[in-house]
Amino acid sequence: MENTAGLFFYLVPLIVFAPLAGMLINMFLGPKLGEKGVGLVASLASGTAFLTAVLQAISLGQHPEGAVVRLADWIHIGQLAVDWAFRVDTLSVTMMLVVSGVGTLIHIYAIGYMHEDVRFKNDLPRYPRFFVFLNFFIIAMLTLVSGNSYMMLFVGWEGVGLASFLLIGFWYDMDTLGRPSLANANAAKKAFITNRVGDFGFLMAAFMMFWKFGSTDFDLVFAKVAEVAAHEPWVILWITIFFLVGVAGKSAQIPLYIWLPDAMAGPTPVSALIHAATMVTAGVYLITRSYPIYSLSHDAQYIVATVGAVTGLFAATIAVGQYDLKKVLAYSTISQLGFMVAGVGMGAYVAGMFHLMTHAFFKALLFLSAGSVILGMERGHHHLPHGDHHEVFDPGDMRNMGGLRKTMPVTFWLYIIGTLALMGLPPFAGFFSKDEILLDASLHFPHVYWILTAAAFLTAFYMGRQIWMVFFGEARHAAAAHAEESPLVMTAPLMVLAALSIFGGFLNFPGLHQFGGWLAHTLGEVETPEFSLVVAGVSTLLALAAIGLSWWLYGRNPLQVGQIDPLKKPLGLLFTGMENKWFVDEGYQLVVIQPYKALAKFLAQTVDWDFWHEWFHDSVIAKGFVGFTRFLADPIDLGLIDRVSYWLSDLVSASSAALGKLQNGFVRSYALSIVVGVVAILGYLLLNAK
Amino acid sequence: MIPVSYYLALSAILFTTGMFGVLIRRNALVVFMSIELMLNAANLSLVAFSRLYQTFHGQIFVFFIMAVAAAEVAVGLALIVTIFRSKQSIDLDQMNSLKG
Repeated sequence: MENTAGLFFYLVPLIVFAPLAGMLINMFLGPKLGEKGVGLVASLASGTAFLTAVLQAISLGQHPEGAVVRLADWIHIGQLAVDWAFRVDTLSVTMMLVVSGVGTLIHIYAIGYMHEDVRFKNDLPRYPRFFVFLNFFIIAMLTLVSGNSYMMLFVGWEGVGLASFLLIGFWYDMDTLGRPSLANANAAKKAFITNRVGDFGFLMAAFMMFWKFGSTDFDLVFAKVAEVAAHEPWVILWITIFFLVGVAGKSAQIPLYIWLPDAMAGPTPVSALIHAATMVTAGVYLITRSYPIYSLSHDAQYIVATVGAVTGLFAATIAVGQYDLKKVLAYSTISQLGFMVAGVGMGAYVAGMFHLMTHAFFKALLFLSAGSVILGMERGHHHLPHGDHHEVFDPGDMRNMGGLRKTMPVTFWLYIIGTLALMGLPPFAGFFSKDEILLDASLHFPHVYWILTAAAFLTAFYMGRQIWMVFFGEARHAAAAHAEESPLVMTAPLMVLAALSIFGGFLNFPGLHQFGGWLAHTLGEVETPEFSLVVAGVSTLLALAAIGLSWWLYGRNPLQVGQIDPLKKPLGLLFTGMENKWFVDEGYQLVVIQPYKALAKFLAQTVDWDFWHEWFHDSVIAKGFVGFTRFLADPIDLGLIDRVSYWLSDLVSASSAALGKLQNGFVRSYALSIVVGVVAILGYLLLNAK
Repeated sequence: MIPVSYYLALSAILFTTGMFGVLIRRNALVVFMSIELMLNAANLSLVAFSRLYQTFHGQIFVFFIMAVAAAEVAVGLALIVTIFRSKQSIDLDQMNSLKG
């Protein structure tokens, strides 16, 4: 019995290779398969990965200690040995299930969504490419969560970054409204470059790890971590700080969160899958995976928890002032990621992972429902008389919506479920997971608790505002009045997600802590704080109060066409700040980008061109060379070498002229010289004879 | 017996006479005769030493010199005759066309 169950461990490479097969098939045969074929292949590939993950979970039920499945050697240089190995334990399998499960649902949804999207944008051949990218994302994300070392994790980490870039810029030649523009391409670039900054942090941490631990394998690093912490605590602190930089990039925390709202330029399934449910949670996974390191440094925990909490509140305030349906959800995602990071930062790994999972369910549901709303608006816009088509129409602007509960009832109810889960009302999934984080914060980090509670209040408020603006009142645009419900291929996956959003919270029911027990096999002893009625009651009452407030502002008197936001008057400048994202992008423009561009211009124009080319090359090198050659030519060549040779030739001709006189042709003088010579020699011999 | 030094003195006188004849005189024939005189001075000393050491080597050498001198005289006189024909003179100072 236990033998057969354990066998499934060896199927684990399928979680990567099944999507790989799907990607390759669609890459080469995509245009021939047709839309249905492409969607089917991609969904089956992702589904196979999900099935494999389920089998892993079944095996883990029998062998909770997990397994490491080594597939191939990768890098073996000196001490460094990195293998391509899959790590199967309760933590990684949880991530696998979430990624492949939500991923598969979103693949199915995308079949319907992209069918219409490519038609609205008049580019049918781009359909298969979307699924190639989507499968590629699944490959990278599953590599990330299944790797057995920080290096393998980094491969996936970069892979999802690339997938994110490709998918944000999927409609790279237009903006979100379909007009020719570089806006989407720039959004993709922004995401990629911001993530590069985070990756720098990750790499620094990995290098330090190799330097101090001699390995990047999880087991080997964790085995030595206590020893290193005892001798060199600063190493632990710096590794955790550098990892936090990576987390801030990938999981959109302050100060690197700015890319995520722009990433909404990608098609909605991408926003749901990558920029809400899975990829952005990679940072949370990273911290959870590194729990032996983080647990050893209270400073690191304090910093991470504070960064998460501040991000949670900050992003929530921005979400209040947004008018774009997806932008609100984007800032909500940043805010919820702040909750998770704060949770795992405090050492509440189970709560953080739990919130990651429930958030994946309800935020994917919300995003996909938002996609359904936007497509419904597009359809409504399409039915209008042709004269109206030339105006610029933004189907994602909430000020154009209103009254959609009547035209899109299925989407409405799904959206309501997702919203209630996000608000954290019992018995929806978000209530349980958010409550656990708040509970832990109230016990260990009171300041984090207060910040997060405020963020939770704002969460309920901005979601209430959204619901009233989108689904209630009267249609503020003709397109909203003619909006149409989405097909079953899109709503069916949403229903599954809705069910998970309702019941997902029971996975870690207070008192039972099934999920905590499951993760405890990997994370060791986990703390299970007692359920606190005070914390849960306060957050529930605050959420209800926020809903009431939002009704009072937006539900009682529905927004009219052209009316300014009712919050604008009482809050004044504060609301202007929220509306404009606290001018953070402008601040980055001023503080980072413009100085950077000025620096680049200075380096290019002044240093490279003026100094190096103009001055150094022309003045120093060229003139120096000319001077040196002149020195060689004039004093050395003409002055010395030539003069020596002239002198030699003069010497020869002078001496030859002198000697030539001896040969006068008179025989008697020759004879005389012989006589003189003989007399001289004989005289010498005679004088020296004695 | 007359000591060898006498012969050598005579030989030196003869050689010096010939040498000055060669150096001083401009007539080719006289120079020629002076050369013969120097040759014979050398011959005289050879014969004198031959007699002193009671060997024949010196005398044999003298015979060779006389033979060579005879040949030399034949060639030299022929040259002088030819020069005279072309220059109408046997003055050595006028024969300088080979100078450098």
